Amino acid sequence: MGLENVIAEALPEVLTTRLDSLINWARKSSLWPATFGLACCAIEMMNVTSSRNDLARFGAEVFRASPRQADVMIVSGRVSRKMAPVLRRIYDQMPEPKWVISMGACATSGGVFDNYAIVQGVDKVVPVDVYIPGCPPRPEMLIHAVMMLQEKVMKESVRDRKDAPDAEAREAITPGTLPVTDGSSLREPRKDQPLPYTIASTHEKRRSF
Amino acid sequence: MSELQQPESYTEVSQPASPQTPSQIAAALQREHADWVSEITTALGETTIVVPREQIVAACEFLKTTPDYEFNFLADLCGFDRGPEEEPRLEVNYHLFSTTRHHRLRLKVLLNEEDAHVPTVTMIWRTANWHERETFDLFGVIFDGHPDLRRILLPDDWQGHALRKDFPLRGYEPYSLT
Amino acid sequence: MSTSVANIPPQVEIVDQPLDSQMTISMGPQHPSTHGVLRLELVLDGEMVVKATPDIGYLHTGMEKLFEYRKYQQGIVITDRMDYLNPLGNNLAYVMAVEKLLQIEIPERGQVIRVMMCELQRIASHLVWLGTHALDLGAMTVFFYTFREREKIMNLIEAASGGRLTPSYFRVGGLMMDLPAGFERRVQQFEDDFSKALDEFHKLVTGNRIFQKRTQGIGYVSAEDAIDLGLSGPSLRGSGIALDIRRANPYTGYETYDFDIPVEHDGDVWARYLVRMREMRESHKIVQQAVSRLKPGPVKADAPKVVLPDREAMKTHMDALIHHFLLVAEGVDVPPGEVYHPIEASKGELGVYIKSTGGPKPARVHFRGPSFVNLSALPHMSRGCMVADIVAIIGSLDIVLGEIDR
Repeated sequence: MGLENVIAEALPEVLTTRLDSLINWARKSSLWPATFGLACCAIEMMNVTSSRNDLARFGAEVFRASPRQADVMIVSGRVSRKMAPVLRRIYDQMPEPKWVISMGACATSGGVFDNYAIVQGVDKVVPVDVYIPGCPPRPEMLIHAVMMLQEKVMKESVRDRKDAPDAEAREAITPGTLPVTDGSSLREPRKDQPLPYTIASTHEKRRSF
Repeated sequence: MSELQQPESYTEVSQPASPQTPSQIAAALQREHADWVSEITTALGETTIVVPREQIVAACEFLKTTPDYEFNFLADLCGFDRGPEEEPRLEVNYHLFSTTRHHRLRLKVLLNEEDAHVPTVTMIWRTANWHERETFDLFGVIFDGHPDLRRILLPDDWQGHALRKDFPLRGYEPYSLT
Repeated sequence: MSTSVANIPPQVEIVDQPLDSQMTISMGPQHPSTHGVLRLELVLDGEMVVKATPDIGYLHTGMEKLFEYRKYQQGIVITDRMDYLNPLGNNLAYVMAVEKLLQIEIPERGQVIRVMMCELQRIASHLVWLGTHALDLGAMTVFFYTFREREKIMNLIEAASGGRLTPSYFRVGGLMMDLPAGFERRVQQFEDDFSKALDEFHKLVTGNRIFQKRTQGIGYVSAEDAIDLGLSGPSLRGSGIALDIRRANPYTGYETYDFDIPVEHDGDVWARYLVRMREMRESHKIVQQAVSRLKPGPVKADAPKVVLPDREAMKTHMDALIHHFLLVAEGVDVPPGEVYHPIEASKGELGVYIKSTGGPKPARVHFRGPSFVNLSALPHMSRGCMVADIVAIIGSLDIVLGEIDR
């Protein structure tokens, strides 16, 4: 994924640690979130960006509306079944390196809403790095989560995020064929069909958890 | 509990308090158009009129246009499922409000499950459009003559009607990509 | 495909009509200006919107089904999450509907506190509206100013109930508990500063020529159309109809308070903006009257089968303990009946329809969300406008997707 990967693969292990620290420091200090505010937690997310709890001092200066320009996706709010394919698509559109914070009880595990309409945890749709409990979590909790994510970013290695090899990229399934939502047992279960989304991102295949 | 009182001192917008309360309206309607009224219930300060399905459009039109009643605002249109063993199973409630006289009335249509068709009231109040779509989506009540009857809240390919009593709370299968 | 565009306003000259000049795009569901997960299908002719169709359901939570599986007291928590900018209003509507079914009256202090908290919540909701509406139209500073004031209100609500955004402060038969010590002084402090803050917002926004140009004449709806489309609240009062449920069907003692109903006659985004700004001032007046009316007294109704007893009584008296246990374990036994209770939420007429067939759980709870109905008027309001105007219209309707999709 860029120059740092090429350099990392050429250098011996001992020198990449310095490169790692530099790159990780740069990445953690400017984690730009993608606006993915869904419900009540989105209002608390807006409170985090406002002047009392200022997330910009931690590097999350701008909330980019376009996922192509974002680093971290803060899923704040309940994800309904109709919205889950959209969530996956926005996640796929984010370029590497990317992280996901699941904010609030509904994003973490379905929350109060254990019913037909809500996905019981956003980690059924995207891989999550930091989970925040609360309904809604206080703004300070979101700031703490961003700080935890920054610690996690510092522990990464550049070698973890390699590009997919060309052959695999060429055989990737056509994007845009996300699974549609379904609500009943009238359809047969999709156990043998492959899940039709694009090649798994390196974030998804990451070694470190 | 008494009926919600009209404040006497405030006459900024409404005409002087109408001599007809909703229960009087219901009684008058039963006298004049007996085939429109199956049953009248007055409880908790509210009046409910059960209207046969075929007459609902005529009754709504009458209640909207007659100068004494002026129910020009459809506050709500919702459905109710009594349960799979009940006959009639489904209900559709129309909550009417008058912006000039500030009184409220509820009309109710009872439907069987096999024949869950009601004529639409979209031509009377345009706001009924989305309410009827929601009732169709969640209960399966079909509104004949509706310009655009399709699902509104649930995904378009959803099978079943979610708010019926025999639809399980957790649905049939959890959503997971993993 | 038709080549003529029907809704071009007269002053626009159509130079040519190429075939297939219309493009259908999807605005949302992930969009910074749609105030939540709203998807609009826009049929565009260049920049001009031919047709805008909202596609909702991306936040459908199945709350109405969930109510049927929870006791009445447990449902209060679910109502917070509907219109999440006005949770105390949702709580109030639901709780009052259940009280109507049970036919119990709330003591005076409980009613005054309810009015005070609801009006504070209304101010908070309008502050979010102002911040996000101005943010969408480009005025980013206003967002930070309004959220600063909103933090003060949320501090007050948190002091009373423990929750900033999901307080669940009201209970069937009264309040969760009485106000903490010193609360009146804190509310008074907030009120003293709020007028100056409102003047500050006016200075920032109202005289701004860009804001005026972006909002005047946009999204017009006439009075008859507004009633026909079911608009309510500030959206209706911006079109000249002076209808406020607090005056038309008063509840919780609103008929004893002295406040005006702001009405504007232009029917466009600018009129709705002015109505909401004036409403904040009226709410400010009501809170001041409520604070001056607070007298010591009980906050819960005297109905041991419905209202939880005080904690001290529960620890010392046997009957209170038994009532507490039965209420928590089995719930309130509500007689059969149905009720529709409307209140004036910050967005319009919030109506709760509860149907009970006896027992501790309702048979059906339906919320008539004002944003649901207000959004259905969007196709009518957005004929012939441009894409940037859609953003202004959505902001002026003040929609909250939690209430629309429930």
